[in-house]
Amino acid sequence: MSRKPILQLLLTNDKASRWLFIVMGVLGVLVPILNLAVPADSAFHVPTYMVTLIGKYLCFAMLALALDLIWGYCGILSLGHGAFFALGGYAMGMYLMRQIGDRGVYGNPVLPDFMVFLNWQELPWYWYGFDNFGFALLMVFLAPGLLAFLFGWLAFRSRVTGVYLSIITQALTYALMLAFFRNDMGFGGNNGLTDFKDILGFDLQADSTRVSLFVITLLCLAGAYILCQYITRSKAGRVLISIRDAESRTRFIGYKVEHYKLFVFVVSSLIAGLAGALYVPQIGIINPSEFNPLNSIEIVIWVAIGGRGTLYGAIIGAILVNYAKTTFTSGVFAEYWLFILGALFVITTIYLPRGVVGILDGYRQKVARKKADQAAATPVPQTAGGK
Amino acid sequence: MVETKVQSILYLNGVTKSFDGFKAINNLSLDIRPGELRAIIGPNGAGKSTMMDIITGKTKPDEGEVKFRDVIDLTKHDEAEIANMGIGRKFQKPTVIESLSVWENLELALAGHRNVFQTLFFKLDKAQIERIEEILLLIGLQERRAEQARNLSHGQKQWLEIGMLIIQDPELLLVDEPAAGMTDYETMETAKLLKSISENHSVIVVEHDMDFIRALDTKVTVLHEGSVLAEGTLDVVSSNPRVIEVYLGR
Ligand SMILES: Nc1ncnc2c1ncn2[C@@H]1O[C@H](COP(=O)(O)OP(=O)(O)OP(=O)(O)O)[C@@H](O)[C@H]1O
Ligand SMILES: [Mg+2]
Repeated sequence: MSRKPILQLLLTNDKASRWLFIVMGVLGVLVPILNLAVPADSAFHVPTYMVTLIGKYLCFAMLALALDLIWGYCGILSLGHGAFFALGGYAMGMYLMRQIGDRGVYGNPVLPDFMVFLNWQELPWYWYGFDNFGFALLMVFLAPGLLAFLFGWLAFRSRVTGVYLSIITQALTYALMLAFFRNDMGFGGNNGLTDFKDILGFDLQADSTRVSLFVITLLCLAGAYILCQYITRSKAGRVLISIRDAESRTRFIGYKVEHYKLFVFVVSSLIAGLAGALYVPQIGIINPSEFNPLNSIEIVIWVAIGGRGTLYGAIIGAILVNYAKTTFTSGVFAEYWLFILGALFVITTIYLPRGVVGILDGYRQKVARKKADQAAATPVPQTAGGK
Repeated sequence: MVETKVQSILYLNGVTKSFDGFKAINNLSLDIRPGELRAIIGPNGAGKSTMMDIITGKTKPDEGEVKFRDVIDLTKHDEAEIANMGIGRKFQKPTVIESLSVWENLELALAGHRNVFQTLFFKLDKAQIERIEEILLLIGLQERRAEQARNLSHGQKQWLEIGMLIIQDPELLLVDEPAAGMTDYETMETAKLLKSISENHSVIVVEHDMDFIRALDTKVTVLHEGSVLAEGTLDVVSSNPRVIEVYLGR
């Protein structure tokens, strides 16, 4: 056991985390400079669409991180995590809608365009407060967090596990998708929320706003990563692993398994919600297709390909797969993307159960073993604990 | 302390449990005194493990009383609550947490600190580190403390699980076939260990190994078809013709 603060620990004792922070730091400094300070005709200029594209990958990385926390460490395979992402996104979208004010097509100072179009006379009560950024931010966490709490409380208390749990999470996001598709729900129906103008008074189309959103996303990802590392390295994290490996054993040692699952599920939903909230202003739209069960399955694939149960693997997986997706879906292979993704998933599960980071780790261990063999003659001082 | 007034640490009366009409436990009664060491034997399928499932909250009985420390009705509590009241269990199939190290397994089982917010901010203090060291020494796994539990031999897993049981510091220990898969030497060491534990705990041990039972030198209960067939010293029960017929004779 170490008493060092978590960030210091990650930077000094954990190679993968150190690399991750270095890459994030470089991105966070270089991308703004190359976008804002380097002239557009320079070969080094990073166009704004690229900034936004990387920003989008980072949001997905956060979402993958959220899933890895529950799946990789606690064995809860959620096939509905897109729902929490979308709820966070909608909360942010509602704020952005209210920011439009009377600049909509119909020029109505109170009602968003889609409500005018539906002939609504007044703002539904659940839209109240969303003109306030603080309130919207609260809802970004509260909406997914409450749903996760209710769902988790019911499911974990009745000891729904494994495939059954996965299926009901999938049903959850499907039901939400159907609900959000309906016009009379008051969330813009199948068009969703879009045509945003600005955020906190800053023009969403401005390069500086885009870059700021990018940097904020990077910081949030780093924060979420540190939080997840803290949780998984604490004794609570070892309880989670114990639940994953031997749930009933964990109960007999005296741990309330349902409380641990609920805790980590809610934390995960909050991270997913924040990711959704960061995604919407950068992409400029949120619609019910974000609730599509297929999206949630894709998240699982990112994590599986990156390497489950390592946290940084989830980040790497999300970015790699989405980079591949961008590349393929804009080329001649567009139609085959889902097949490619499916094949990738099957290949990793069969041949690389520990994902991309498993390959890197295998190589690292080989090197370490060689070193250990050489050092075997030197006696090692006894220390307390394996960590 | 209240302990001195406790009549029975564990009291089972008329307990019955059927699985699809088959009575795995049939009108079973058992009375364990504080500080007692009780050995339980009986043929395969006699209901020994099921009895432990009922005591630890894994299985709810159809009828009958299950009382801890005279007054606590165990049928009304779940596994974690029962564990926290002071009933620890070692499973028939050794179950340690495979992907945690030996040290981490012991840390996990260490008494106290069971809720989420306690464990999130938990740091081992000096006394706790010493306690883990003590148990490591006792179960002979000092050298393998950093090893993942999955890399231990079968016997070592058994010992680790016993260590986890001891470090929980329960009042009552339920130990299901601790010697299975152990060498003769390890078996005798385990018997010695359990005997020393029973000096200040109540212990129920299930075992098939007769040398082990003999080494425990204590009161024996023979279970058969879900109820008690005989009870007494090993010599008394092993000369009982019914016991010889259903169990020992085979
Ligand atoms: N959950 C269950 N569902 C159905 N049948 C069960 C269940 N648990 C136990 N049984 C049955 O109850 C009977 C008693 O089983 P139990 O495991 O308690 O025996 P045991 O005395 O521990 O035997 P062994 O010495 O082989 O460990 C067996 O016939 C078993 O098949
Ligand atoms: Mg058994």
